[in-house]
Amino acid sequence: MEIVLALAIGVLTGSGVWLLLRPRTFQIIMGLSLLSYAVNLFIFSMGRLGLALGKVPVLVDGVPQDLQHYADPLPQALVLTAIVIGFAMTALFLVVLLASRGMSGTDHVDGSHSRDRQEML
Amino acid sequence: MSQAQWIDTIAGLMPHLMLAPIVLPLLTAALMLLLREEQQRLKLALNLLSTLLGLAIAVALLAWSARAGSPATLGVYLPGNWPAPFGIVLALDRLSALMLVLTSFVALASIVFASSRWHRAGVHYHPLFQFQLMGLAGAFLTADLFNLFVFFEIMLAASYGLLLHGSGRARVQAGLHYIAINLAASSLFLIGVSMLYGLTGTLNMADLARAIPQVAAGDRGLLHAAAGILATAFLIKAAVWPLNLWLVPAYSAATAPVGALFALLTKVGVYTLLRLWTLMFGSEAGASALFGGAWLIGGGMLTMAFGAIGMLGSQRITHLASFAAVLSSGTLLAAVGFGQTELTAALLYYLPSSTMAVSTLFLLSDLIERWRNDGTRTDSDDEDAPFLNPELLPTQGMNLDDDEEVLIGRVIPAAAAFLGLSFMVCTLVITGLPPLSGFVGKFAMLTALLNPLGLGTSSGMRLGAPGWSLLALMIGTGLLALIALTRTGMRHFWAAHDRTTPRLRVLEGLPIAALLAACVALTVQAAAVMNFTQATANALHAPGTYVRAVMEAAPIAAPLVKEAP
Repeated sequence: MEIVLALAIGVLTGSGVWLLLRPRTFQIIMGLSLLSYAVNLFIFSMGRLGLALGKVPVLVDGVPQDLQHYADPLPQALVLTAIVIGFAMTALFLVVLLASRGMSGTDHVDGSHSRDRQEML
Repeated sequence: MSQAQWIDTIAGLMPHLMLAPIVLPLLTAALMLLLREEQQRLKLALNLLSTLLGLAIAVALLAWSARAGSPATLGVYLPGNWPAPFGIVLALDRLSALMLVLTSFVALASIVFASSRWHRAGVHYHPLFQFQLMGLAGAFLTADLFNLFVFFEIMLAASYGLLLHGSGRARVQAGLHYIAINLAASSLFLIGVSMLYGLTGTLNMADLARAIPQVAAGDRGLLHAAAGILATAFLIKAAVWPLNLWLVPAYSAATAPVGALFALLTKVGVYTLLRLWTLMFGSEAGASALFGGAWLIGGGMLTMAFGAIGMLGSQRITHLASFAAVLSSGTLLAAVGFGQTELTAALLYYLPSSTMAVSTLFLLSDLIERWRNDGTRTDSDDEDAPFLNPELLPTQGMNLDDDEEVLIGRVIPAAAAFLGLSFMVCTLVITGLPPLSGFVGKFAMLTALLNPLGLGTSSGMRLGAPGWSLLALMIGTGLLALIALTRTGMRHFWAAHDRTTPRLRVLEGLPIAALLAACVALTVQAAAVMNFTQATANALHAPGTYVRAVMEAAPIAAPLVKEAP
């Protein structure tokens, strides 16, 4: 399970960074979204005592109250906050992206048509 | 009332008063959101009132934290009434109080300047301004890493809005880059924070300081990686080279009062690094002591060189001001990296004076460039602005209503002389020439570098290559900045022009005069300020008191619940 999660985070981050370095604004926003998914998954995996598969953070009667028997609730709270903030920022970035598109007439990040056609592919 | 009585009154309000710098802007901004966009004057009045009140509270907090002879100069507030490692904590020490006063003061200058015309160049200026102040205050007060992230995001979200204020193609373009890089930095921030949590099981800064010496030797590498990733996020904010290429386009595209406020944002990065680094990797951190110091020194020095060369190559005054912000940030970072108490004290003296000088330069740039262009606006493509309310457009030019003319249209006599003198004072502070506070700050830093244990004490320590390089760079960059600023000054004030005299309103002159007067006051009161920063630095480099105060803060006992009959 660890290797699957690690691979997923790695692939998401890699794609995110690659897209972030592309010249079109739409690619940037996709890259940022992928990056934030990767980060959210990463926060999840950073709970105390690893991934805590099949465990819940809710206390149950009769089960000893320590992290051996429960999932760590803190990363879940952190992820929730990070998702909300990331969502708001993505929305804001979209508005700026559209404004830039409207003003410059191109979706290049520098707001000018690229001289090199190859670069825009 | 005497001074002692005042401080007793403030002490009576503690620790609840330290919540005010966060709650006051939040409530003001929320209230302003309810008002219609046409009620600009009411919003402006609210904004001014709230910022003024914020400054008064910040000064009260500073006075409280600076009182002599008392051990408890640390305010700790438990917002959730949970004891320290479990609930979130706000902590106020001398450093936080100093940053709060600086923020409120620069913010007040910025809003007074904006009130003469810039606040009408777009919508929602006032609520965004207050949210920005809230984020800044929160970042200075929080004692919890994740809350630091939240306050950073509040601050950044507001800064995105403020940067786009006034719209126009250049601002949207710069804003696009600024937002993208800050979102990427936020991802790094989260990665660093969650790695630290995975390693130590805590996000409380004081608890982290306790946990770090106990990290297993095998995890040490992971810990350093986490700290490095986290520091990268702050270094992007603090504009370290080569992560600062976004800064100059963004800051110089912003409207002048916003640029003046943004001069503070780089200092937030420096503040956070100083706070976390002294807590986490101070001399008590065992195997990790002073981790990353060399990187801070190296990065800071490269940033200084970049800033100074950039200043030399700048054609516009806004670029000059932006590069001056980079230069000041680099100087501070390099000095932080040495981790010496005396040097930290000196850099804390240098920080407010250089911030205020850079802010003033941003404000001046607006006036000088308007004068150069004979009152016409420089950005030509405002008709493209998509965010502007059509009803606002007529007012954004130079035509003011008659009643406003009476209030703010009064022209300062000898405006050209005022501009020239202000520019000169700015130059003196930024380059660190005598007799003003820039010189005192730089001199104190050089003294501290050469005498790590204080004047007259032979330490037996030789100044290494990093020390000599910083010394040379501080003097060299001062010279380059002087050349750049003098050249700009000559071009704008001495070269023969057939220009009209500048029209300057009182409300535009006032904040500039106030900021520069504060620099002069820092010079006159240098001894008192240095004593304060010395005490601050001593506390920073011996974080035991901070850690103990935060960890031992007792929650308020719950009232006894009567059993139901």
